[in-house]
Amino acid sequence: MKPFRGKALSWHMSEGVIELVLEREPCNEIGSATLTELEQFLGESEPVWKTAHALIISSSRKEGFCAGADLRELYERSQKLAPAARVAGVRDFLERIHRVMNAIDTAPLTTIAAVHGVTFGGGFELALTCDLIIADKMTRFCFPELRLGLIPGFGGIPRLKRDLGNAVVRDLLLTGRSINVEKAQSVGLVSQVTGEGGALRVARATASQLGKFDRETASAAKRFIKPLPHDELRREIELFCEMFTRPAVEAGLRKFVESTDALPYLP
Amino acid sequence: MSRMTTLESTTDEILKLASAHFGVPRDQLGPDDDFFRKLGINSLQALDLLTRIEQHFHIELPDYELQGVTDFRTLAERIQSRL
Repeated sequence: MKPFRGKALSWHMSEGVIELVLEREPCNEIGSATLTELEQFLGESEPVWKTAHALIISSSRKEGFCAGADLRELYERSQKLAPAARVAGVRDFLERIHRVMNAIDTAPLTTIAAVHGVTFGGGFELALTCDLIIADKMTRFCFPELRLGLIPGFGGIPRLKRDLGNAVVRDLLLTGRSINVEKAQSVGLVSQVTGEGGALRVARATASQLGKFDRETASAAKRFIKPLPHDELRREIELFCEMFTRPAVEAGLRKFVESTDALPYLP
Repeated sequence: MSRMTTLESTTDEILKLASAHFGVPRDQLGPDDDFFRKLGINSLQALDLLTRIEQHFHIELPDYELQGVTDFRTLAERIQSRL
């Protein structure tokens, strides 16, 4: 697997560990550029997944792991389209991002999200595809989508429900509040907490440990314990598309994009 | 955290915390200052401050409770209600 450095991502493989790094300014917002490179990453990494033993996803941006979907791109593209075409465009994006997220979720190697700082919306959803989340002590997790009149669209709700249960989903989804790493670890979301800037180092140490285990056994264990919530993921796409043309969504997106408020990241 | 903690002492602890982390001398910070302006921080850095406050006071402070809060004294009141 050749090392790669693109507009939004970079990746390389060393000693059986694939490292995927989010590198897009300002805080790894996931739009068409990131999605295209994620698809490219899958195309190049999937052939070596059976020989690698771990995948680590991290961010090189000091602000955090990922602030979520690129709302500016979403709003600006939507403004140029009629309502029916808006939904078609969003559905196409969601189908593509779900394919990427589902592939990472079910990858036959152990996946680790090494997170820090802002891990919001689609960024939180990306972390939730991973088998383990290792977080530095300044990490905050949040589903802010309700303030836009939407639900999370990258598969986060079904995955969080699968992993932690409905009560945790309701708390985060319906309040839109962000939680710190102590809370996240207390509910079982985070497996290890590190000092500031320490998540990637600990993720690498963990990945090294995973390399001691038989790959087929680890892969079989993962398949057994981590089923993809397929039906709920499909319903999520339908619900998101139903909601997307409502006036509240356009108003919410416009408010975010045009905001000069000091607190656009707070509910 | 002691039940005897007063609003004044909580405010003072926040000012010390903000001074230490954001590099603004303590004597240049007052309870009624707008912390966004005085510390020169944006919303992402405000979340950073919130995390440090939660860790320092061993509390959970939902970020919606900070909506509309811009001065250290009001921030201290929100914290005080969680101690």
